[in-house]
Amino acid sequence: MTQNNRPLSPHLQVYKLPLTGIMSITHRMTGVILALGLIGYVFSFYCILQGNEHYLALQSFLNSTLISIAVWLFVYALFFHLCHGIRHLIWDVGKSFDRDDMDRNAMIELAVSLVLTLIFY
Amino acid sequence: MAFQTPLAKVRGLGSAKAGTHHFWMQRVTAIALIPLSLWMVFYTEQLLTASHEEMRAWLADPIDTTIAIAWVIAAFYHAALGLQVVMEDYIHTEGLKIAAIGLMKLTFFFCALVAIVVIFRISLTG
Repeated sequence: MTQNNRPLSPHLQVYKLPLTGIMSITHRMTGVILALGLIGYVFSFYCILQGNEHYLALQSFLNSTLISIAVWLFVYALFFHLCHGIRHLIWDVGKSFDRDDMDRNAMIELAVSLVLTLIFY
Repeated sequence: MAFQTPLAKVRGLGSAKAGTHHFWMQRVTAIALIPLSLWMVFYTEQLLTASHEEMRAWLADPIDTTIAIAWVIAAFYHAALGLQVVMEDYIHTEGLKIAAIGLMKLTFFFCALVAIVVIFRISLTG
């Protein structure tokens, strides 16, 4: 094994990420958030099974101001991840790598994920 | 014919013939999740507004039970694959990395099983 305390040349700290780079790290962060959120979904199924009392307790918790904002941000994160995921599938077939396409598609993703969230809201 | 150096052979390095499986399953579950995610958002909305009776009756419909379980399988599988990549990228201690990925995968597998059992129970008693 090589030593792991050897000096590195500066990279991420001095490099201004292009829009596609910011989208990429956001895709990863939303992915982690969504994965952790799945545990909450298991809990919600369990509350439905437990009966009306547990269900209503969960429902009023989810409808409290701060939590409902978090829920809808979570939905927005889901739609963002979905839209950027579709772009990854387009990249997988080898299309849409030009700079103009990249920036245009990034704006489309952000707009579409916002619109989808508003439709469900 | 083996294109391996003796050192690589001793260390057991080389193709395990499964290099693309992770990549492929991530894509397959991703495509499945395009429609299933819409179900997830619809469920979330119901959770905020529907009465307990409505929610139970809805989940107990055989088609909705099936969609719910399909969503659980695809979502938890996809999430575990994704978290695995994140952990591989950011945990630099080999032993800790393997332990963390193993623990994460077992946890997601267990949670998916709980979800499926609970959905079945809702379906059968609703």
